[in-house]
Amino acid sequence: MRAQLLLLAVLGLGLARPPVVAAQNPAAPTPFAQNAAPGNPAAALPSVYTPADIAYGGRLYDAQCTTCHGANGDGVGGVDLRSGKFRNGATDQDLVRVITNGIPGTGMQAFKLDSAEITGIIAFLRNMNAFDRGSVKTGDVSRGRMTFEGKGGCTRCHRVGSAGSRVAPDLSDIGATRSAGSLLRSVTDPTSQMMPINRPVRAVTKDGTVVNGRRLNEDTYTVQLIDEQEKLLSLTKADLREYTILTASPMPSYKDRLSETELADVVAYLLSLKGR
Amino acid sequence: MTRRTTGAWLIVLSMAAMASRTHAQVGPDRLVNATKEARNWLMYSGSYLSQRHSALTQITPANAKNLELKWMYQAAVAGAWQTTPLVVDGIMYLTQRLNDVVALDAKTGRVFWIYRHTLDPTLIVCCGANNRGLAILGDTLYMGTLDAHLVAIDAKTGRPLWKTKVAESKAGYSVTHAPLVVKDKVIVGVGGGEYGIRGFVAAFDARSGREVWRFHTIPAPNEPGGDSWKPCPPATTTFCDPEAWKHGGGSIWVTGSYDPALNLTYWGVGNAGPDWNNEQRPGDNLYTDSVVALDADNGRLKWHYQFTPNDRYDYDSVQVPVLADITWQGQPLKAMVWANRNGNFYVLDRETGKFLVGKPFVKVNWMDKFDERGRPNQTPQPPGQPTWPGNQGGTNWYSPSYSPHTGLFYIPAWEGYATLFGGTPVQYQEGRNFGGGANRNHVPVPGAPAVPGIRRGPINNWTEAVATGAVLAVDAATGEQKWKFPMTDVTDSGILTTASDVLFSGGREGYFQAIDARSGALLWKASLGAQIVSGPITYEVDGKQYVTAISGLSLCVFALRD
Repeated sequence: MRAQLLLLAVLGLGLARPPVVAAQNPAAPTPFAQNAAPGNPAAALPSVYTPADIAYGGRLYDAQCTTCHGANGDGVGGVDLRSGKFRNGATDQDLVRVITNGIPGTGMQAFKLDSAEITGIIAFLRNMNAFDRGSVKTGDVSRGRMTFEGKGGCTRCHRVGSAGSRVAPDLSDIGATRSAGSLLRSVTDPTSQMMPINRPVRAVTKDGTVVNGRRLNEDTYTVQLIDEQEKLLSLTKADLREYTILTASPMPSYKDRLSETELADVVAYLLSLKGR
Repeated sequence: MTRRTTGAWLIVLSMAAMASRTHAQVGPDRLVNATKEARNWLMYSGSYLSQRHSALTQITPANAKNLELKWMYQAAVAGAWQTTPLVVDGIMYLTQRLNDVVALDAKTGRVFWIYRHTLDPTLIVCCGANNRGLAILGDTLYMGTLDAHLVAIDAKTGRPLWKTKVAESKAGYSVTHAPLVVKDKVIVGVGGGEYGIRGFVAAFDARSGREVWRFHTIPAPNEPGGDSWKPCPPATTTFCDPEAWKHGGGSIWVTGSYDPALNLTYWGVGNAGPDWNNEQRPGDNLYTDSVVALDADNGRLKWHYQFTPNDRYDYDSVQVPVLADITWQGQPLKAMVWANRNGNFYVLDRETGKFLVGKPFVKVNWMDKFDERGRPNQTPQPPGQPTWPGNQGGTNWYSPSYSPHTGLFYIPAWEGYATLFGGTPVQYQEGRNFGGGANRNHVPVPGAPAVPGIRRGPINNWTEAVATGAVLAVDAATGEQKWKFPMTDVTDSGILTTASDVLFSGGREGYFQAIDARSGALLWKASLGAQIVSGPITYEVDGKQYVTAISGLSLCVFALRD
């Protein structure tokens, strides 16, 4: 908070003339998602910057930002993106606003980015100074697709476009909603990234029929799911002999099943799935 | 009995039946004795005691399964419909968004008239264009408006009689709660706790609209309690506002209560301003997050109790003060029972304000114990760690109920719900948001949906991993939980109990439920299709007991099958 206040004061944002301000000891800016809400790109901002996000952001930076800002972040006069100080914002939230809205009257245009991309860009900007581009493999999209559909066997459960099973969540736009870091963790530690709504349901009806499926919706009296045969079911809890919501993902970890290169390729492929 | 006398009796009886539906004046005596005319619902919380408890007994635990829909009324303006209707001798009066008043036949739902208040376009409200209801005295209805006026309306014609400006709406002041009529005065408070208002409760002459008294919920430095807004430390390293009291918040957005014998009116006071950055307003910040007991004739403070001193969590104490005459440690006690947004249940002596009981009803980690005077020992969590209850609280403005029959106090609760709080400095600017917060929802997976603060869609994708709802029944004298009715999603619905031990409540999932008030067992439910964010009421017309639920844009009215 102190650091933010100092920057706000220095940059002339928000607090024009605070009555009593004696900010000291500036610390690193806190990556804090303010007033995050579902649907807001900022909502996906994680509290730490992962190497996968930084690497993804670096690629996006190279593709979209270097024309003006240059490879080293000093291409615009008076602006040094590597300094960690930003004229128009102190917090990640401020940076998101500047990048997505642009700065009227300047060459800074508005960029349409999804939450995975904005997370990557912010992660990269925050680490531009320290990031060694050679240290993280960013992966290859077409190789990733081959691994996804071949060795990984991912389509046995997941669907992309019109191919694959519907038993696990459809991944057609996963690259627009999850950050690179989250996707890497999803592959290596699936339970840690499983959205609560997707938790597996196990139910036993009064006649002994066992139903396994993925939860789609739930209320006090009923649950809606898609079962292992891709059937949509709505169950009334009072009619069940057993009803359990499991917290462990049925997906195996690919940490030791795929090489580091293959993992990076799969993440690159998943990030390319924007649903458009 | 001869045929002639039988006929004469029938005429008398039918005239008596008609008389019960003719519009008699609602004088102050009827308001004081509101519980004795259970067929009506004469004020927001049912009576001055605010118990939301009715003496009607036609609907019972045994026959509640025979409830069926009798009529519906559809509003036109989308948004959370938080109103509580009044019912007076067969006529229902209710507000609908934005500031309309509707009079309709409580038996059929057919409309007599609609009054539409034209709002000042410069008005500012933080959390939806909400209105929670009306008050009545004589033949006059009273409504507070989003542009901070108090309007008097002829209950027979819907024509406005007078309009008084309560506060400046462009500075963020509004009136969202149902007024409280006491004797010849109409009492209202102001909302705007997210805009740096200086809150107050004020009484207006019911005939003229002239302001009679005003109690500032934020005292000036020279007034009692003013020293709870401390000067800034000389060598502070953080932003501190030396005149924090001037925009100290203390909003009022839920109707107060009244004890006629003590002539005290009680009001729950909202959060301090700014909501989350407590560092810039050192001190306890009276009377934010408090209950105040005011002399109903002159507005003078008799006592106060502060639930959350120097609040950094937005723990508004805007709950309805429920007045209950209970037995406490073997002695009769004029009590006030209170389930606070901060997650604690309280029993206070409503004559003196003495703290008697404080006990968490949901998980609480912002404090760990009370001293003998009821001051909480605060235990702020380290940055990045979750605080229970979360920002919307263990409960909020949703009306609880107290049943003198069961001795139980019923709380609409959010369980397992936490927030990662963080304050940021914020400079006051008139009409601008004055929250000062950098809060994050506590979710199990980064990027997982949080429980929506106000409104939900048809899919619960935050799930039990983030929060669940419940109706909790606690012993009103001890806070000990007697039973729990769990719900998958959280609830914003108020609670109604009846003398036949039936409890009615809804929730965000759109179910409206009848529950056994003694055991917590489900008796009946209806799926109404949209969230229920107001409190049910019950009334009787022509010998039939009705119960209401507002779901989405629909006012649904139920009664037993004919």
